[in-house]
Amino acid sequence: MLTMIGKRLMFAIPSLIGVVIVTFLLTRALPGDPAAYFAGPAATKEAIEQIRKKLGFDRPLIEQFFRYTNDLAHGDFGNSLTTGQPVATELRNRLPASAELTLLGLLVSVAIAIPLGVLAATRPGSWIDHLCRVTTTAGVSLPVFFTGLVLVYVFYFRLGWSPAPLGRLDVFYSAPPTVTGFYLIDTLIARDFEAFRSALSQLILPATTLAIFSLAPIARMTRASMLAVLASDFVRTARASGLSPGTVIVTYAFRNAMLPVITTLSMVFSFLLGANVLVEKVFAWPGIGSYAVEALISSDFAPVQGFVLTMAVMYVLLNLVIDILYGVIDPRVRLEG
Amino acid sequence: MKRRDFLKSVSGLAASAMVPAPAIWSPAKADARSETLLIVSEGGPNNLDIHGVGTNVPGYEVSWNCYDRLITHEMKSGPGGVPYYDRDKFKGELADDMNVGDMSVTFKLKKNAKFHDGTPVMAKDVKWSLDRAVSVGGFPTFQMSAGSLTKPEQFVIVDDATVRVDFATRDRLTIPDLAVIVPCVVNSELVKKNASEKDPWGLEYTKQQTAGSGAYKVTKWTAGTEVIMERNDAWVGGPVPKIKRVIWRMVPQAGNRRALLERGDADISYELPFKDFQEMKANGKLDVVSLPFSNGIQYIGMNVTKPPFDNLKVRQAVAYAIPYQKIIDAVLFGLANPMFGAAKDKPTEVAWPQPHKYYTDIEKAKALMAEAGYPNGFETTISFDLNFAGVNEPLCVLVQESLTQIGIKTTINKVPGANWRTELTKKEMPLFTNVFSGWLDYPEYFFYWCYHGNNSIFNTMSYKSPEMDKFIDGARKAAALGDTAAYDADVKSFVDLAFTDIPRIPLYQPFVNVAMQKNISGYQYWFHRRLDYRAMAKG
Repeated sequence: MLTMIGKRLMFAIPSLIGVVIVTFLLTRALPGDPAAYFAGPAATKEAIEQIRKKLGFDRPLIEQFFRYTNDLAHGDFGNSLTTGQPVATELRNRLPASAELTLLGLLVSVAIAIPLGVLAATRPGSWIDHLCRVTTTAGVSLPVFFTGLVLVYVFYFRLGWSPAPLGRLDVFYSAPPTVTGFYLIDTLIARDFEAFRSALSQLILPATTLAIFSLAPIARMTRASMLAVLASDFVRTARASGLSPGTVIVTYAFRNAMLPVITTLSMVFSFLLGANVLVEKVFAWPGIGSYAVEALISSDFAPVQGFVLTMAVMYVLLNLVIDILYGVIDPRVRLEG
Repeated sequence: MKRRDFLKSVSGLAASAMVPAPAIWSPAKADARSETLLIVSEGGPNNLDIHGVGTNVPGYEVSWNCYDRLITHEMKSGPGGVPYYDRDKFKGELADDMNVGDMSVTFKLKKNAKFHDGTPVMAKDVKWSLDRAVSVGGFPTFQMSAGSLTKPEQFVIVDDATVRVDFATRDRLTIPDLAVIVPCVVNSELVKKNASEKDPWGLEYTKQQTAGSGAYKVTKWTAGTEVIMERNDAWVGGPVPKIKRVIWRMVPQAGNRRALLERGDADISYELPFKDFQEMKANGKLDVVSLPFSNGIQYIGMNVTKPPFDNLKVRQAVAYAIPYQKIIDAVLFGLANPMFGAAKDKPTEVAWPQPHKYYTDIEKAKALMAEAGYPNGFETTISFDLNFAGVNEPLCVLVQESLTQIGIKTTINKVPGANWRTELTKKEMPLFTNVFSGWLDYPEYFFYWCYHGNNSIFNTMSYKSPEMDKFIDGARKAAALGDTAAYDADVKSFVDLAFTDIPRIPLYQPFVNVAMQKNISGYQYWFHRRLDYRAMAKG
């Protein structure tokens, strides 16, 4: 299996090289002149030239590219001009924030969507099937920033149940020492339960927002795939043999229905990372999505390249994990390049 | 992992993932709150040093509060009783005494002034800092040159506690320019230790931490997320501030910033939509301060080098077609000073900004268009900066609608913030809206940047007129020599000429709006329009 994983990773290399080249060219093709932007409101032509030189944008494109790849090879993603920090550090600090939020959102979503989908499939046409249809349609048709704002309005502004949408922790708590970067885990390691509670309560609204958005594909896919499996011969045989409905559905039908659900999950996870950008904006979440968008707005090349590259690596890894999961769930699937 | 184990763990996870109940505030933190000022705003600093490359406006706020200058302004009572900086009165911050001579000014430093690390502030630090400001290039150097401060030789160490600044020419703006944010005093020994050959001024070091003697010091900065500043108890620049700690959080969503204020979680915020400010003002739960930008105007500019706007009649027609009052009512919700429609017989004042005599009159505009030889109008584009879309977009839509009535068909061109500067420098946009506001509040300063034939970036219209240059140069010279009569005459003449030639149409003087809790006091208006925490108090 290890050789297979190695082989898969080898195949990812060309796509990563492609990503490096394309992002480099795309960011250079963006309109706007970072030198003029950073020279400030009152810059003269000479001042802009000075800054261009300082930033190395006066060199030929090919030279800039080689310098960039050389830096990359040394693990240097360059410096962000807007925040003034090295991109690698920023990404490392911000990725856990996004990952924690996305994973929790996905977890909540799975916890609701899969039982809902299974129930809807076992009782097609019943009220629970309709409920499933309505929630998923509503969830997918509401834009995330809208859901987020409504939740903030209701639970923070009106009811006051939720803490202020000010990022990962209440302003007056300090962040736990970094172990995993996930505050929920780090606060527990540090045995700081008050901070844990704060981190958790800060997470609820944004995670719910993401969950509502991602319910639909998971629930619909679970339902469709369960329906197909429930109609198949082996389920009929199992039922005829007098197995209890619970055993039939959970042990036999659900396991066989899981493959397409896993595929959908990986898809959902990747578009959640995208939807994150808006949720992060609404909840002042210090994640990588808002970081990349801000960089893009100010023609700040390095963070955009760093972001796209990180995302590409994550997709490659995610696909690998999904492929391995296939093999675990269904022994008939062989892991091959 | 075994297949069965995996399946079990998945169902286990699904069962254990429950939505937890919301937590409640911890009362233990209540004490810390009363001494802490929590600010929420859209953007945060990208650099803690105003001398840095491309430091943004929020960065200025950090510099203002964490560094000292030799001198600063006194306060006076402004509109609505809000403390407003006094353009003409100075007091020492690091300097004890200022002695203005004929061609130089001498400063004596306060004896007990210390940097945050405890080293005393010496004349060599002042010299090094001012040298740095005129040498690093970019914005700081530009700002220094506005007060004719251009060469390191102008800054002379007399003794350990005395510094002399020599004037390059007689310039009324030299002293005021020493009180803006840029000429801040940096801990030279500390920064030099952290400088490198490639970076002789240590800009990389001061980007990340403050090395000054100011009332606050940055203790934590997470770019794009928060800035935490603690009070410097040993500050000698003024009375010790009341606020012990400042937490400045970036909240990108304007709606959330308002919610935070109204719920009482945040203490102070700015950069909110005008509609929100108007509503908050009306419901009275918070204190909302609205003050006009000193020396600032939002305007419609026209490129006078190219047809059709090279034609004076066309420019006048546009000036009569702008829906001024509608813009103030519908875009700004009344939060602006009108700069139009002055009475016909009103004499020109020696002041800037002041209203012009154009008003909305479509018939007159149509007649002027016909006279200009465009009875059927023409097509053009109107551009604006997307960074300020909240105001610019509705404003341009109103202008577009109004111009259609006199036959000018416009397409709206939205320029992303990063490109705006580039577009301005190119000077090719035919019609656009923009705002200009000068730190130094003098008419000739505004006109020098916006109307002079040396064609600076702010002369966005590429307007050139020898007569205008004569008046502007005349006023600058008269101001330096203290010749009031000549000065007044020249100021009146250049204002009149700007209105008759009308290369740019002033619309209104924008307001800076700040909303804060009722228990926050001590807000002061400064020329830079950012917050000064030093005078603020809570409770």
